[in-house]
Amino acid sequence: MTAPILEVRNLYKYFPIRQSLTDLLRRKPADYVKAVDGVSFTLERGEVLAVVGESGCGKTTIARTLIGLEEQTDGEILFHNETVGAHERRARAGLVPLESGGVGTREQQVLPRMSMKRLRQQAQMIFQDPYESLNPRATILEIVAEPLVVHGLARNRDERLARVKTALEEAGLRPAEDYFLRYPHELSGGQRQRVVIASAMVLQPELLIADEPVSMLDVSIRAEILNLLRDLRQKRGVSIVFITHDLSTVAYFADRIAVMYLGRIVETGPAREVLANPQHPYTRALISVIPVPNPRQRRERVILQGETPNPIDLPSGCRFHPRCPIATAECGKNDPPWHAISPTHQAACLRIEQGTS
Amino acid sequence: MTTPLLSVRNLTTEFHLPDGKVARALEDVSFDVLPGQTVGLVGESGCGKTTTLMSVMRLLPASGRITSGRALFQGRDLLQLSEPQMRAVRWKEMAIVFQGAMNALNPVMKVGDQIREAIELHNLMDRDAAEKRVGELLEMVGIQRARRDQYPHQYSGGMRQRAMIAMALACSPDLLFADEPTTALDVMIQAQVLQLLKEIQKELGLAIVMVTHDLGVVAEVCDSVVVMYGGKVAEYGTADAIYNAPQHPYTRRLLASFPDLNRPGDTLASIPGTPPRLTDLPTGCRFHPRCDVKVEACETVSPPMLETEPGHYAACHLCQGREARFS
Repeated sequence: MTAPILEVRNLYKYFPIRQSLTDLLRRKPADYVKAVDGVSFTLERGEVLAVVGESGCGKTTIARTLIGLEEQTDGEILFHNETVGAHERRARAGLVPLESGGVGTREQQVLPRMSMKRLRQQAQMIFQDPYESLNPRATILEIVAEPLVVHGLARNRDERLARVKTALEEAGLRPAEDYFLRYPHELSGGQRQRVVIASAMVLQPELLIADEPVSMLDVSIRAEILNLLRDLRQKRGVSIVFITHDLSTVAYFADRIAVMYLGRIVETGPAREVLANPQHPYTRALISVIPVPNPRQRRERVILQGETPNPIDLPSGCRFHPRCPIATAECGKNDPPWHAISPTHQAACLRIEQGTS
Repeated sequence: MTTPLLSVRNLTTEFHLPDGKVARALEDVSFDVLPGQTVGLVGESGCGKTTTLMSVMRLLPASGRITSGRALFQGRDLLQLSEPQMRAVRWKEMAIVFQGAMNALNPVMKVGDQIREAIELHNLMDRDAAEKRVGELLEMVGIQRARRDQYPHQYSGGMRQRAMIAMALACSPDLLFADEPTTALDVMIQAQVLQLLKEIQKELGLAIVMVTHDLGVVAEVCDSVVVMYGGKVAEYGTADAIYNAPQHPYTRRLLASFPDLNRPGDTLASIPGTPPRLTDLPTGCRFHPRCDVKVEACETVSPPMLETEPGHYAACHLCQGREARFS
């Protein structure tokens, strides 16, 4: 097997909460929002990994950290075996405390470090809201050409035009010339999302990070955008990290799923296997609430009460136990270890091992 | 047969735009709402779902005009009522949960006070009784009484949506309009809100008209469904008939574009093209430019509403049936 394109090892991202002056003077220890709390995964070339979970589970923070928009608190992100992120640089300078021991004292990795600019040429992000992620005062041509200008990738105007044209047409905006001089407000939501995809693909990246790319769109348009991403993956072999709260769209094109709850992955495995044979009670609940488009198939749904607790005071033991329908007393005490259902499918739940899940 | 609580007949609404153009937002929309039932209004953005609600509630912006039609609600035609008469109906007899609950609440007013305001405006309840009612309503939607003194920003998205529902129920209406009540909510919160609406409906015998573009949500809660396209009703029938024996090509394609967990890996069927602009509607059937089974007549002749089965209506030249006659 070839080396994975992306490897994430024990990623942590804590956001400090602003303290009042009195708390500072009293030297009260700072509180943190533990948005991502020890996440590891790998992504192979051409693979689509879906990261699924409710709001506040940390999925967007992962995306933002991968692309360097946030600096990780600890952990490593390896892109083509090179470390990524502003974090490493600062840790070496002794500016950031590392979870794994003191301030920047960790044994330094001898991995080559990738500059942010080079990373962003190879890894591109698609944001959720196509109404807000396009510059309203730039034409489509300017928007899609900008990454080429930033990275100095086109030798001259003709080459730039040609690449913009290809990108727009691959994103399904044909003929591309019709769109060059239009502004985002003249386009529909689906067309805007295509422009966003074109401006990500114009650099021919190897990795796309798509953060809820269809949740703002109508159902009929949603299908088109999902099909487009699927085609791009097939034609271009681009790897995709697909972030969503909607499991029903995942079944369509993800190879693997990672289900997240409160900053951690609770179940991961091949998409079909996880959907057909979910092991973690949280995954089961998520699957059971997917609306089925047929009134004859109204099912028993496992509706979890309450909402994801805030990630400042995490529950003890298994963090899902306060909402878990099958939790026992033990779940409140012990952090569940990973349990392998098959070589590729794992879940972190104590109740699986007891054979009662 | 039960008498409908609300009968909308041939409702036609136009918007007069600043540039002099006329947007024909609704044309000839007819459907019934039976007591205690849930009706789903489904379609893509801009198909007239929200305009239908706003027309019936008489809450259209100044540019909107209802040009013809009736909306019979408990024996009265709402469209003929004077504004003071209409004000007595609104909220007491029919209430609405607006789209985007996040933004529909006043950010600088305590949630409890906002609900009490709705009660006091309409009922002659004294303050203590109104206060007691606020507590009851919050509890009914699963919010602790203690949180009445919090502001909307201290609520999560799902709780704000619940608070909006509590406010709509403040004066015990018979009919509740819900405009995209679960859009923008997480799947689990969405399931909670739908469950809440179902429970409240059972408890209070409420009729609900739900606007949504999510066919899954509709299948989950609705008894009958009105599929709208370009300001007109494309198909109307029971939820079972719409999902299991769809007649209109638009309904079929809309259903096919919905991801189904039982068929993972299939390419999703999408509907190419975009919905028509209401200022520039196509001739004939409004769906014909995007329809894959169109015949010649579709481009010129607007299809009549046909009754394909008793109680199942579709407006398509390819459907068989007698012309629908709504009483």
